[in-house]
Amino acid sequence: MIRQRALAIALVPAAVLGLAACSGGGGEFPSKRIDYILPFDPGGESDITARLQQQPLEEVLGESVSISYKPGAGGALGWSELTRSRPDGYTVMGCNIPHIILQPMLRDDAGYETKAIKPVYFFQSTPNALVVKADSEFETLEDFVAAAKEKPGGLSVGGSGDFSANHIGTLQFADAAGIEVSYTPFDGTGAAVPALLGGHVDALMTYTPQIDALGDQVRPLAIMAEEPMEGVDAPTFAEEGYDLADGAYRGVCVQEDTPQEIVDTLAESFAAVNEDPALVEDFKAQAFNLENYDPAQSLELIDARTQEYTALLDKLGMLG
Amino acid sequence: MGDALQGLVDLLSPLTLLLVLVGTVAGMAIGAMPGLSATMGLALLVPFTFAMDPGAGLVLLGAFYMGAIYGGSFTAILVNAPGTPSSIATAFEGYRMTKQGRSEEAIVAATLGSVVGGLVGVLFLLFLAPPLADFSLRFGPQEYFWVAIFGLTIIIGMSTGSVLKGLVGGALGVLLGTVGIAPVGGDVRFTFGEPSLQGGVPLVPALIGLFTVPEVLKLIARRSREFEVQPGAEAESRHWTRMTTDLLRKPVNLVRSSVIGALIGILPGAGGSVANLVAYNEAKRASKERHKYGHGAVEGVVAAESANNATVGGGFIPTLTLGVPGTPPDAIVLGVLLLQGLRPGADLFTQSGDLVYTFAFALALSALMMAPVGLLAGRALQRGVVLLPARYLAPAIAVTSIVGAYAIRSSVIDVAIMVVLGVLAYFLGRVGVGVAPIVLGLVLGPIAERGLVQGLLVSTDHALPWLTFFTRPLSIVLILMCVAGIVWPMIQNRKQAVVTEMVAEAEKDRA
Repeated sequence: MIRQRALAIALVPAAVLGLAACSGGGGEFPSKRIDYILPFDPGGESDITARLQQQPLEEVLGESVSISYKPGAGGALGWSELTRSRPDGYTVMGCNIPHIILQPMLRDDAGYETKAIKPVYFFQSTPNALVVKADSEFETLEDFVAAAKEKPGGLSVGGSGDFSANHIGTLQFADAAGIEVSYTPFDGTGAAVPALLGGHVDALMTYTPQIDALGDQVRPLAIMAEEPMEGVDAPTFAEEGYDLADGAYRGVCVQEDTPQEIVDTLAESFAAVNEDPALVEDFKAQAFNLENYDPAQSLELIDARTQEYTALLDKLGMLG
Repeated sequence: MGDALQGLVDLLSPLTLLLVLVGTVAGMAIGAMPGLSATMGLALLVPFTFAMDPGAGLVLLGAFYMGAIYGGSFTAILVNAPGTPSSIATAFEGYRMTKQGRSEEAIVAATLGSVVGGLVGVLFLLFLAPPLADFSLRFGPQEYFWVAIFGLTIIIGMSTGSVLKGLVGGALGVLLGTVGIAPVGGDVRFTFGEPSLQGGVPLVPALIGLFTVPEVLKLIARRSREFEVQPGAEAESRHWTRMTTDLLRKPVNLVRSSVIGALIGILPGAGGSVANLVAYNEAKRASKERHKYGHGAVEGVVAAESANNATVGGGFIPTLTLGVPGTPPDAIVLGVLLLQGLRPGADLFTQSGDLVYTFAFALALSALMMAPVGLLAGRALQRGVVLLPARYLAPAIAVTSIVGAYAIRSSVIDVAIMVVLGVLAYFLGRVGVGVAPIVLGLVLGPIAERGLVQGLLVSTDHALPWLTFFTRPLSIVLILMCVAGIVWPMIQNRKQAVVTEMVAEAEKDRA
């Protein structure tokens, strides 16, 4: 008897949720405000991207979009909350590769699993870039590698946080070049910059927009982009003989049980926003790369990167 | 010079003036709400600036920021709830003044301090930006470590009763600051398997909990407010112009605190939360009336508030010349600059000089506007709070606290953290451990840890990396300041003890 009642109590909300999901999937989505949550502090690249998307996104969806912040633990706090949110597509959270791959891989308990968050669309990327001070003795990537070989572990490379794209990029580069450097994590992209300009670190693994933002105070040695970038006076790592192309990819995710139709509707909306001429222009001004990974392609991207990182970290003995 | 004139002309258009006024007032309102930080308010404003000219957008953001830092002083003074971490030291003295029925004097002091501090910060920005930006770069991880340690020495001076109890509080704060993901290394610490603690103890909910909750509990326990019992009507009857002239008679404190604020604002990562504490401590150290500190010293309010508003102008120095945000709100202004196609750097001052000057003048104007707006709105708010009976005041503060703790990142966990820390602070207070050392530990502990580990990591080319903490010239200066910070209050305490003893002896003789 008791068990029956418990079952009924458990079923009622489930049925209501199911109904809600059905009605949502029946072409009516969205029918109310969308919460676009960023698991980072305001002011960073993710925030700027979201603010640029907000208005065109509202036009495409026909509903208002509210941006809020849930920072903490390098994004993990927000993502673990996303896995507990309602799978109705009204809670959309910014998510970054490699963060969503590396945190569950390397922390004892990140509070979420990579597969528990469902990618909707990846729309932006900023490749890694190795930069030194403008008056540095290193003129080329070759100089840097030669100096690092001379004193193993003696060169310090700063970057944004632990297990960020900058960190894994430094590891990839050191592995490919057969060198040893000391990676120092700072509190975000901006906090690492004064350490370079003040000469406290020898180089910075940062993101390509910083090259433009810092102007003639720094010299980029190489960028981890697939192709040379317009307006960036630096070779790619591939051109320098290292087959490396990686960086931070930014997109949005939803709870894993969100119905596919809703995910598709959202993905189409973000795809449409990516064609907004004003947004394309603003992305260019920020030196952001426009990306178009639909839900299936996003999953492939995550899988491919997961395998790459697993292989590298395993080789370095960093997987517990 | 031509740029400066053009900048001034651009500022004097009616629309720009209106934007400064709107920005200042809106900033004050947001800053006064615990939990709504200047950073968050600015982020909300950003989309509005997309539709504006670069100049107009920057003017609005700058005025808003200036107002928000000032607004934090209201709640700090009136209900012991620092609206932003920049007003921590304001609460130390301001709320005690409120308890003595001197809240109007505290508001006037905060206003005067904020106006002067804001102006001094802008002067630094206008005249000293390039050399100071270069100087700030000489601070590496090792120096940040020592800056944080210097901040922690404040505990010694603050613990009037027992240094040991002060240190216990400080250690507790440092321990609280280690909860969550380690800033370097990425280890998960003291979360006890609870993923939502990964983000650590968030500063604003912690501040609200530590400062405000014990006051609410006391209000409820007593069923009346303390300051109705204490007769203080005499001080309150003075006119605000008298209070201002009295304060202006002691300009040294104002100027010193403003300069400290502007200088600390230049250091990226330190900002207003450290500046107000250091300025407060220096004011106390230099004061001839040290015994008044901790018992409602109006100079303490002046010091804290002039320092935190001076960080606004100071913080924009690295933002505009190096492209490195000096404080978290600066990061948002930097984003808008980049979005408008303006590249920070020395070129910004030569190529878009008129824009930079409009911005700097708008900051100065916003600082000036805080005086009339603050004296009207701040004192109105003050009267309202003072007249409210305790049975309405306690629940009102409780609700504001809960909303504020929740609002910072829409998290129920943060409310729980606030309540737990608040209750803890109430009981610790009963055994004589004050909240001030706890807050210092919580704010400065993570800065010290980051500096320590980063300093070791960047020095791997040295045989003994830790030696770099003692050999760099700037580090040595900071170490000497730390030693002075520890020894000075001890000497003063001893002097005071000798005097007290002598007085006691003399009285004994007379008897």
